[in-house]
Amino acid sequence: MEIHEYQAKELLADFGVPVPRGGLAYSPEQAAYRATEIGGNQWVVKAQIHSGGRGKAGGIKVCSNEHEVWDAAEELLGKRLVTHQTGARGKVVYRLFVEAAAAIQREIYLGFVLDRKSERVMVVASAEGGMEIEEIAQERPESILRVSVEPAVGMQAFQARELAFGLGLEPELTAQAVSTILGCYRAFRELDATMVEINPLVVTDEGGLLALDAKMSFDDNALFRRPNISELRDKSQEDPRETQAEDRGLSYVGLDGNIGCIVNGAGLAMATMDMIKHAGGEPANFLDIGGGATPERVAKAFRLVLSDDKVEAILVNIFAGINRCDWVAEGIVQALEKEQVDVPLVVRLSGTNIEEGRQILTRSGLPIIRANTLAEAAERVVEAWKQDRSANGSGNGSASGSASGSGA
Amino acid sequence: MSILLDDKTPVIVQGITGRIGAFHAEEMIKYGTKVVGGVTPGKGGGEVLGLPVFNTVKEAVAATGATASLVFVPPPFAADSIMEAADAGIRLSVSITDGIPAQDMIRVKRYMRRYRWENRMQLIGPNCAGVISPGKAMMGIMPGHIYIPGSVGIVGRSGTLGYEAASQMKDLGIGVSTSIGIGGDPINGSSFKDILELFEQDPETKAVMMIGEIGGPQEAEAAEFVRDHMTKPVVAYVAGLTAPKGRRMGHAGAIISAFGETAVEKVEILKNAGVVIAERPSDLGATMAAVLNERELRTGT
Repeated sequence: MEIHEYQAKELLADFGVPVPRGGLAYSPEQAAYRATEIGGNQWVVKAQIHSGGRGKAGGIKVCSNEHEVWDAAEELLGKRLVTHQTGARGKVVYRLFVEAAAAIQREIYLGFVLDRKSERVMVVASAEGGMEIEEIAQERPESILRVSVEPAVGMQAFQARELAFGLGLEPELTAQAVSTILGCYRAFRELDATMVEINPLVVTDEGGLLALDAKMSFDDNALFRRPNISELRDKSQEDPRETQAEDRGLSYVGLDGNIGCIVNGAGLAMATMDMIKHAGGEPANFLDIGGGATPERVAKAFRLVLSDDKVEAILVNIFAGINRCDWVAEGIVQALEKEQVDVPLVVRLSGTNIEEGRQILTRSGLPIIRANTLAEAAERVVEAWKQDRSANGSGNGSASGSASGSGA
Repeated sequence: MSILLDDKTPVIVQGITGRIGAFHAEEMIKYGTKVVGGVTPGKGGGEVLGLPVFNTVKEAVAATGATASLVFVPPPFAADSIMEAADAGIRLSVSITDGIPAQDMIRVKRYMRRYRWENRMQLIGPNCAGVISPGKAMMGIMPGHIYIPGSVGIVGRSGTLGYEAASQMKDLGIGVSTSIGIGGDPINGSSFKDILELFEQDPETKAVMMIGEIGGPQEAEAAEFVRDHMTKPVVAYVAGLTAPKGRRMGHAGAIISAFGETAVEKVEILKNAGVVIAERPSDLGATMAAVLNERELRTGT
């Protein structure tokens, strides 16, 4: 799960990480009021969206008086920001964070990640703050310092000291650097984070450290024991279809193609998408309906896939293990009775009780194109999609609502 | 021979009194697995499926001589159960549980390392389909009938994609020595390399089918092992050609976050190590058949 910058800063401040004075605003009035509350003569108005690269997308404004703060807030609120991480649809700004601007002497990168290779928490730091870590890794790989944390005892002060000296920080900043680094580590551990990133961590003109930007992600599997973190979820920042899917116990990721996929198992779902690509089509989504392919789940899956206007054909690929094919077939038939499916539909069932499953699909009389193998399934759905497309002109075949019926 | 599990391995089920635990314990017994008991704290002294239930894994091991344990314990308590098995002298733990926090798994892996190598438990999973040695025994949730006994080892992250591989091979008359799902979590018990090592040593296994996916360093690590130490042919497929960067594809571990983690990069790394690549997931069986024919390893069943 992702959270906003201001939320990450609030959490990290509790662990002793120094952050600028700031306040949240939902309107220009509030933003201007926050600025006077904070005091000083320069402020930064920052769009709160779940993405990096906000500066380049115009989501961060430096202001010198309350009027500028007001204007910046007015411009940003409701705006759709497109960054390299949001995809083409971008993300809408509903919240602003107004902060005291800092006079910066130097910028540092500080990150904490779960390293899958060593199976430990890895601390990554670089004297080249401000850039994305990928850029630093490419342009100045020698500037990256790494420290791996022994899980049995946790991060030690000497490790933080090594980083502070390695970054070339002034000796009088060492103590603050150590408490900042250890604070981030404790936040990572105690809140079940998967990532903590302070970029940049700055040395100010006054000679102190300050976390100017902060990002945190959390382990979805650990949210059951972190109710205070679950509370920070902001659904306005998520793809509504993915949120809907998650609330229904399905795993969905929207993509750019037009062939909808309904599959059981994450690996098989990815493989099915690969097959569609090999056959000359583009998948519209990743969708894993999980182990129990019950009629209700199958129906929900159809509803979800069809809610995407781009979908012009659907491929159902179920490998029935513990479930039986006849049961899954019943589910598909029931789902089709409830849901209006007016795009070509290809179904491939495999596994236990395959014959009974096929008979149920045949008896239903529904316009289902059947396939026996994975290859056949992908070829047929791409073929049906192309035919349907040419039959409906070049536009969105699904929008016209034509009954496909192609080759039941 | 097979690896890790056969019809003589005494197995206990942790979480046997739950609905799912009891259902799969019964399926396993039907398949031929020597299930000798179960563990549910607080239900010791009872019986499920005519098998004794114990309060602790230590008691179960003392009374039944179990060497393997299947974990069906819910996510908040699963890490604790795995460590309990490691401490009780269990040699093989298969954890089916999906949704264990990553930091719990870091703790589990660190805890297991406190035992000397010869006393260390081998953990398979979590979030996996389990282990099956066709015709002998299974510990997991897979449909037993899609596997025929034979000499190809299967190792993969995904359950259903592993079934796809087994059934494509079955259609071509190719049997399986042991099939292992290592699970879709970012921190897991056994890696591809750990399992390849076992297959390399197993006299009955003639070739290995490896099914990887996007995310994580384990396919690259396996490639290095194949290049330097494997004498047996390895066929591989990597799922997720169409997966975008930074998006989690169902499995917590299936997310591209670093260089070398996309399907294309992994395929390249494996190819360079001498692994035969099945380009499409529909070619898993056929690619293996071609490799077996070419090396005259076709032993069938």
